[in-house]
Amino acid sequence: MSLVTRPPGPVVIDIENITKDYVMGEEIVRALRGVTLQIRRNEYLAIMGPSGSGKSTLMNMLGCLDTPSSGRYEFNGRNVADMDDDELAAIRNREIGFVFQTFNLLPRATSLRNVELPLIYAGVDPETREERAMQALIDVGLGDRINHKPNELSGGQRQRVAIARALVNNPSIILADEPTGNLDSKTGDEIMLLLEDLYQLGNTVILVTHERDIAAHARRTIHLRDGLVEMDHAGFVPQLDAVVAS
Amino acid sequence: MKRFLYELEESWKIAAAQMRSNMTRSTLTALGVIIGIVAVTLMGTAIGGISMGFDKSMSVLGDDVLYVTQWPWKPVDDWWNYRDRKKIQTEYAETINRMIAATPNSNLIVAVPTSSLMRSIKYGGNAVDNVFTLGTTSDFALTSTIDCKEGRFFNEIESREGAQVVVIGYDVADALFPSENSIGKFVLINGQLFKVIGVNSRQGTFLGLFSWDSMVALPLAAFNKYFSSKSASDVRPNGATVESDVRVKMKDKNKLAEAKDELTGIMRRVRGLSPEKKEDFSINEQQAFKSTLDPVKNTIAVAGLFITGLSLFVGAIGIMNITFVSVKERTKEIGTRKALGARRRTILLQFLIESTALCLLGGFIGLIIAYVMCIGLGKAFPSFPIQFSFGLVIAGMIVSVLTGLISGFAPAWTASRLDPVAALRYE
Repeated sequence: MSLVTRPPGPVVIDIENITKDYVMGEEIVRALRGVTLQIRRNEYLAIMGPSGSGKSTLMNMLGCLDTPSSGRYEFNGRNVADMDDDELAAIRNREIGFVFQTFNLLPRATSLRNVELPLIYAGVDPETREERAMQALIDVGLGDRINHKPNELSGGQRQRVAIARALVNNPSIILADEPTGNLDSKTGDEIMLLLEDLYQLGNTVILVTHERDIAAHARRTIHLRDGLVEMDHAGFVPQLDAVVAS
Repeated sequence: MKRFLYELEESWKIAAAQMRSNMTRSTLTALGVIIGIVAVTLMGTAIGGISMGFDKSMSVLGDDVLYVTQWPWKPVDDWWNYRDRKKIQTEYAETINRMIAATPNSNLIVAVPTSSLMRSIKYGGNAVDNVFTLGTTSDFALTSTIDCKEGRFFNEIESREGAQVVVIGYDVADALFPSENSIGKFVLINGQLFKVIGVNSRQGTFLGLFSWDSMVALPLAAFNKYFSSKSASDVRPNGATVESDVRVKMKDKNKLAEAKDELTGIMRRVRGLSPEKKEDFSINEQQAFKSTLDPVKNTIAVAGLFITGLSLFVGAIGIMNITFVSVKERTKEIGTRKALGARRRTILLQFLIESTALCLLGGFIGLIIAYVMCIGLGKAFPSFPIQFSFGLVIAGMIVSVLTGLISGFAPAWTASRLDPVAALRYE
């Protein structure tokens, strides 16, 4: 597979020395101990690390689901570290497309309604909403499944609906948390191909995974360990990765 | 603003889908509200009915009529001060009328004497016992709000001559003449024949308060001639002695105080009381009677609404409970929605609408049931006044919505405050 690496654009995410502490009973867990990171538009990035490395915490920060305890976080030049819940919700709505391991579709809603959801929260009028949701579903190859409910779709199709939902509001980044974790390897490969396509179309994709095969699709890999960036390198270096993983 | 509308629409869709997919649960929960609304609404109609019954019974008294009586129309502690008062004589009416005529710009129009007694009435094989038999003059028609359904009230000539004619109440007519016209027939009262010349239109009875339906009225002269007890010392059971009073019609019901003063002055002269003496008669009006009954009415209303309100409260707790359950089992969905950009307000709204929709549905069904029950009750107990009003429907709906909002608020608030990270991780 000869993959084209696209030239990165301007900085989207600018993180400087962020920390995150959790209070767990008596103990203070220092999940992030000072992470500095820049992500540019149209990068394809994988965040790796063993469990407890702060991977999930960093993902929550990047996805604006949580705010850091200290440090600077700028998203498209806007400081999100001090934003309140509703401001963060607006950022998530417009700037971030989430793809979850468990798909997280609304079980009783059709594919179309599921994809429309971010547009409802963005205040898009019903006609445009339907049009754009339909287009997003066509883009992920589900143009013939718009009126199906999640339980009428296969796992791969469900994840495609979720990806369509992540794309529909034209976000700055697509944040995929173990996107193939609940899929068999063949379906997983299809999903990874779809993400590659999205990257080639100019999207910024951030993968969070502990699987090296999956991370291998990215053009840049970040390894976390004990709340710190252990390694940040372009491309995927199997040997190096093997060293890190061991 | 537009986004708010879209969110509102979305919330309605979710609420509808939620109710559809949890049919049993929603139905059971709504049942609590249904029972609550039925209870409160029926109590509302009952209170409305009681109130209407009071007013209707009261209207017989007339709001522009003063009553000169021995006893005041209110509870008295010092009853011994009233017991020995001189009886009111029907002859006072003539004296009062003369004085009214002699007074320029009098606030009073006419005085009408009435005497009453319980008597049996017979016609053919039918008989009615203990009928309130009233002797009065033709002027009585001026002071009464009751109309004749058939025939007429007796006229001045019949009144003066003491003609043996009688005007009968609706129920009396119904009992004596179940299947024939009563006008022109002769009924037997105290062994005397009286010709029926009028039947009153139905008034309805309520709690045994005054009703025209079980009364008969005949000229006072005839009454005195045939029914008057032999002597005042004649001791008989209640209702067997003649009770007399004088009712006086006012010119303007808004000048009650002036009219009362004038009548008091007249009565003092009639009784020949020197200025330092206390009055030995009472002057009453509808209002005084009302003011003693109103607290009773209000107490019934407050107590009734409170007790039935409790059942609605139980229904509200059910709603609150089910909304909490709903929030709990959809924690992950809330997390997803937040990740997709739902604000706190959006989530709050979603669950508030869910609880409100459930309450509104319950309220709607409850109102329908209450309406059907009202019709049924009205058919089963025609004498009990039931009032199912449009206002009650509106009130019922408002109460339902409020119940939904109040009971849904705590769970909805909890949902809106959920941490998106924790909510997404919730299994």
